[in-house]
Amino acid sequence: MTATASIVAPKRRQRDTGPVRRERNLGTYFIALLFIAVCIGPVAYIVLGGFRTNSQITASPAGLPNPWQIGNYVTVLTSGVFWQQLGNSVIAGVTTTLGVVVLGLMVSFVLARYRFRGSGALYSLFAAGLMFPITVAITPLYILVKDLGLTNNLAGVILPQIAFALPTTVIILVPFLRAIPDELEEAAAIDGASKLGFFFRMVVPLSLPGVVTVGILAFIGSWNSYLLPLFILNDASTYTLPLGVQAFASQYSVDTARVLAFTSLSMIPALVFFAIFQKRIVGGLTGAVKG
Amino acid sequence: MTTSVALRSNEAPAGTGRRTGGADGSPSAPARRARKGTDVRTRVEIAVLAGPAVIMFVGFVILPVALAAYYGFYKWQGYGAPVDFVGLQNYTVIFTDPDFRAVLWHNLFIVIGSLVVQGPIAIVLALLLNQRIRGRGLIRVLIFLPYVISEVIVGTGWSLMLQSSGALNDLLQSIGLGGLRNDWLSNPDIALWTLLGIISWKYIGFAVILFLAGLQSIPEELFEAAQLDGASYWQIQRRITLPLLGPTLRIWAFLSIIGSLQLFDLVYIIWGQYIASTAGTSTMATYMVGNGRLSGNYGYGNAVAVVIFLISLVVALVYQRFVLRRDTAGALTEKSDR
Repeated sequence: MTATASIVAPKRRQRDTGPVRRERNLGTYFIALLFIAVCIGPVAYIVLGGFRTNSQITASPAGLPNPWQIGNYVTVLTSGVFWQQLGNSVIAGVTTTLGVVVLGLMVSFVLARYRFRGSGALYSLFAAGLMFPITVAITPLYILVKDLGLTNNLAGVILPQIAFALPTTVIILVPFLRAIPDELEEAAAIDGASKLGFFFRMVVPLSLPGVVTVGILAFIGSWNSYLLPLFILNDASTYTLPLGVQAFASQYSVDTARVLAFTSLSMIPALVFFAIFQKRIVGGLTGAVKG
Repeated sequence: MTTSVALRSNEAPAGTGRRTGGADGSPSAPARRARKGTDVRTRVEIAVLAGPAVIMFVGFVILPVALAAYYGFYKWQGYGAPVDFVGLQNYTVIFTDPDFRAVLWHNLFIVIGSLVVQGPIAIVLALLLNQRIRGRGLIRVLIFLPYVISEVIVGTGWSLMLQSSGALNDLLQSIGLGGLRNDWLSNPDIALWTLLGIISWKYIGFAVILFLAGLQSIPEELFEAAQLDGASYWQIQRRITLPLLGPTLRIWAFLSIIGSLQLFDLVYIIWGQYIASTAGTSTMATYMVGNGRLSGNYGYGNAVAVVIFLISLVVALVYQRFVLRRDTAGALTEKSDR
């Protein structure tokens, strides 16, 4: 529970060093390169495989494209299915992120800056939520969503995703909001700002780094989410990309090259997102988020 | 349980606040009435700000978990209200089903295997990457890459590579290790190890990044002092770094254990429901989906969910009690007395 908090809580200072041992650098580079090769090898296999033909893949499964073919990628990009699923994933991801950030910020503000009976219990309730992974709740959750008439509807995925992302959000944001000095709030009060005015004018801007971190976590969680859409979305037109990749892979199971092209294209948005925010993601985890 | 307590203690003061605020027949000082007024205002603010999140959370997280416990006592196909109360029968079936014992063993294997494989490798890598080397930022990002890619993509890619006529066997053949060629996915002796390998590949980057974070929080003065005292590099790592990395290691192990117990996506994507049980890679969660929803047996599926939850909860509580106690003692008590 406190795990996440301590991972993401801002550290007082950034430092860059361990013991410096330059003579070990060669060995270090070798091991690092080896490890990186293992890490990106499979990813490269997927991307490069999309540039090959099925006969190339059959002849030499681990080979490089020779000659390079862009046909698979063109077919997927002009098919419409890919774009529809991309759209669904974007809608689900953006809405989930917005919902998590707005609701999470509001409730975290209450937990961090109001004194009232039961606030400890409320915090514990959210913290305990970390113990309820979606796997455990999926069957009744499916029935609940079905009773609400939201199967085959992105809303049926978005609402539970927001709810399940709230515990992490609260646990990350509450320390952030608590760290805002009381003097600021008093100064705002003297200047005539109400508590809500303080919330909108000071808290929201000041908590931006924390908000970005929880937003990224929520978006990636939604983008990669599989189990929930698997249960809720049965109509192919509502599929998000993970479901789409799987459906495509079984539909074209003999057309390996096209499956690889589809898979790598569906990877691109997440990779672009990661590339843009990588400093924030890796930095957030390494405690380098600076206020 | 906690839900109702939280909500009640939340509402009760709101109610009293409104009552005293409204019944102001007393000739008391206006100052007092003003304070009650702010009180009401504060309560309204709390309700408006916290309400939506609490409603969402209770409705979509707590309620389903509670419903799972309730449905678990019924034989139920998922239509209409459950009426066929069977008591503990579902649970008896679960614990006498050899299939469930098999999936329990698979989960245990993954829990221990993940710790044993990922832990040491990640520590060594984190120690190496904590040095000043060129391109450290890039290396970190690349190591983190598999963690960011979705399970579906990982599963699809790996299942294609690991087919008997796939890229891995081809690669082994071409570098002269043809003897190691195997039926990675369908050989029941190997498949669970294959799964462990894929999991380690996907999640080790997370461990490395966490450990790096832990290393950065160790005061540099300690290293300097040890160096001045003539300690060697490995002595420093063993005597200073590893002990101080303890809290991070323990938290990582906790996250890893809970994740392994809930494992579903990768197995379901790579092996599918039915092949998973013959290849010997099925987990508690795939067992739950296969014997619950896919068999139209919702009561049973919910009972399995409850068992998974209880196992995770017991493991988590035991772990917190005996392992994390030192690390979280302050953190957990700190909230309540605020």
